[in-house]
Amino acid sequence: MSTASPDPSVSPDLSADPDLPAHLDASARPDLPDLPAHPDVPDTSARPAAVPGGLPDAAAGSGPAGFPSPTAGAGHDGSVPDDGGSARGDGGSVRGDGDSVREDGGSVRGDGDSVPGDSAAGLGERPLSERRLHPVTPFRRAWAPVAVLAGWAVHDPGQAQEQLTRLTTTALLVGLAVIVPGAALYGFLSWWFTHFAVTDTELRIRTGLLFRRTAHIRLERLQAVDITQPLLARVAGVAKLKLDVVGTDDKDELAYLGEGEARRLRAELLARAAGFAPEAASEVGEAPVRPLLHVPPGVLAASVLLTGTTWASLAAALVVPTLLWFATHSAWTVLATGLPLLGAAGASSVGRFVGEYDWTVGESPDGLRIDHGLLDRAHETVPPGRVQTVRIVEPLLWRGRWVRVELDVAGSSNAVLVPVAPREVAYAVIAAVLPGTTVPALPARPPRRAGWCAPLRWRGYGLAVTDAVFATRRGLLRRRLHLVPHAKVQSVRLTQGPWERFKGLADVHVDAGAGKTVTARLRDAGEAAELLRAQADRSRTGRREAPPDRWMA
Amino acid sequence: METGSVRTEGNAPGEPVWTGLPPGLLRMRRLLLVVWLGLLAVVAGVLLALFAPPGWVALALLPLVLAGWGWHMLGRNWRSWRYAERADDLLISRGVLWREETVVPYGRMQLVEVTSGPLERHFRLAGVQLHTAAAATDARIPGLDPAEAERLRDRLTELGEARSAGL
Repeated sequence: MSTASPDPSVSPDLSADPDLPAHLDASARPDLPDLPAHPDVPDTSARPAAVPGGLPDAAAGSGPAGFPSPTAGAGHDGSVPDDGGSARGDGGSVRGDGDSVREDGGSVRGDGDSVPGDSAAGLGERPLSERRLHPVTPFRRAWAPVAVLAGWAVHDPGQAQEQLTRLTTTALLVGLAVIVPGAALYGFLSWWFTHFAVTDTELRIRTGLLFRRTAHIRLERLQAVDITQPLLARVAGVAKLKLDVVGTDDKDELAYLGEGEARRLRAELLARAAGFAPEAASEVGEAPVRPLLHVPPGVLAASVLLTGTTWASLAAALVVPTLLWFATHSAWTVLATGLPLLGAAGASSVGRFVGEYDWTVGESPDGLRIDHGLLDRAHETVPPGRVQTVRIVEPLLWRGRWVRVELDVAGSSNAVLVPVAPREVAYAVIAAVLPGTTVPALPARPPRRAGWCAPLRWRGYGLAVTDAVFATRRGLLRRRLHLVPHAKVQSVRLTQGPWERFKGLADVHVDAGAGKTVTARLRDAGEAAELLRAQADRSRTGRREAPPDRWMA
Repeated sequence: METGSVRTEGNAPGEPVWTGLPPGLLRMRRLLLVVWLGLLAVVAGVLLALFAPPGWVALALLPLVLAGWGWHMLGRNWRSWRYAERADDLLISRGVLWREETVVPYGRMQLVEVTSGPLERHFRLAGVQLHTAAAATDARIPGLDPAEAERLRDRLTELGEARSAGL
């Protein structure tokens, strides 16, 4: 990081700084080195190594002017002061944009992890209303011991049976008497110690029984919001809410909330993330949705039946156990291989149908809405300008009839935009997701001599660049067209191996967020060099026209 | 200071001004190569002289041949590394057989790291590593003079802040 931005990890040196206010007292100081996950640490640790005398320089630079107000640091789990956070967001410093900042307490903090009142006093802001999850939450853990036992029984059936016969009734009762209250207590405590609160800029989740953990999720860095309802949760009338920012993991989801509360919270979070005034944010309510696409069950079923993998996995599930039976005549072997294969076949056919059933895509001012699922329902919201790449997939048997559209959002596991739809309909949805985009019709093939580098396959490669996207195609049978908006390009690379150079060819890679790289393979070397330069210009200027992170501001 | 690729100056506007690496990295790599392969040659020579029929000792020359070849290859590789700071992006070009040229717009940089291991520090070298939000971005400049690495880091961060673009 530059010497100009505040860097909490150099704070030990600041204690010697005469300009620091005197009331930076002992109680405040333990907060300062409290960022074990601070991504700048490798940077600063390397600094003295790289340049003797570099560190004092840096410390002086980030001294009185740059250092975030110590009073803010003295508050509560706000050991990440807000100005520290914004300095971080603006490039230069933190990888992955530092969206959620965590402290894994326990080891460092001795000051009794922030009573809510303490935080209000320390930060001088309006008191946070901390909330708990839905009271049904403890029961989600209840099945865990049962699942462990069942898993063990399936894994090793012979021994499980042996153990079961040896179990007496008393032993069983004693076991139950230990396991059930233990699980219940664990469930209850983990529920009791989980709080969340919505501030003007963050969603804060405080959790953990022994190892405290506080996640501050910055709303302006929001990439997507998901509400999911597994089957049992639907029965109980509760839902999970998950905020996707770069760097969150499964622990940062709110499970479970009441159904209505989850929707209200989603509306409020989206309103705050969009840039509505804090007072208005809780009253804005759900944004209206304009439906774009609905996939009828018949089409979905037909599309699953017309997919090669469905039949391949089914054939494998039937043929392999039969062959094994003739080879070994052992029922156990057949079962042990047949069941997983059947499971895979089921997941790729029935599982896909169930998961993508009733697929609805809608457009709202808050972004894209995707609702789907037969048993488990999922409702995803992707705010405007969050899509990093889009893929149009066209399996051999669908050609000319349907396409499938997949997308990538940084920090999100959502991958499908349209499971199956006619080409024009899918393109209309893409135009809504990436405004101003028309899908290029005919990508240009590489020159004919590319056949020397990739026989046959070269015919599948293609490249098209429009005003809005960089698009490449690959695949002979199952065609995939990858689109990257120019505004999302992080870096551009040109690579050329010896054989490619001999043939005067080169590859151009375009790196987007969400870990995706789109490659234009085997272009003419001169064209590739020109492409490299032009794409760097386009990606630099493309961002200027892009909407702001707070899309309503 | 002598650098690998000659600093091209006075060429047409719009053409990047390339900077090569200082000779320290080449010196370090060559020294390591000679030390390790020299040791190998000595050990092999002693063992072969003790336990193998006479004549086999000639095999101990093999590492020395390798060292000569490596000496040449290291030089080629070192000369291939170069970088250019343009108005809005950083260019890094490297590789002899497998060439790679990377363009990173300043606004996309998330983190600029200066790294230097104990050995590099002994030779007064430091590397600059750039990170963007894309994990595939491979923008690394090894073997710089520490002062130059510091300057580059500060300049890149400054430009990155001015042109910040985020995800």
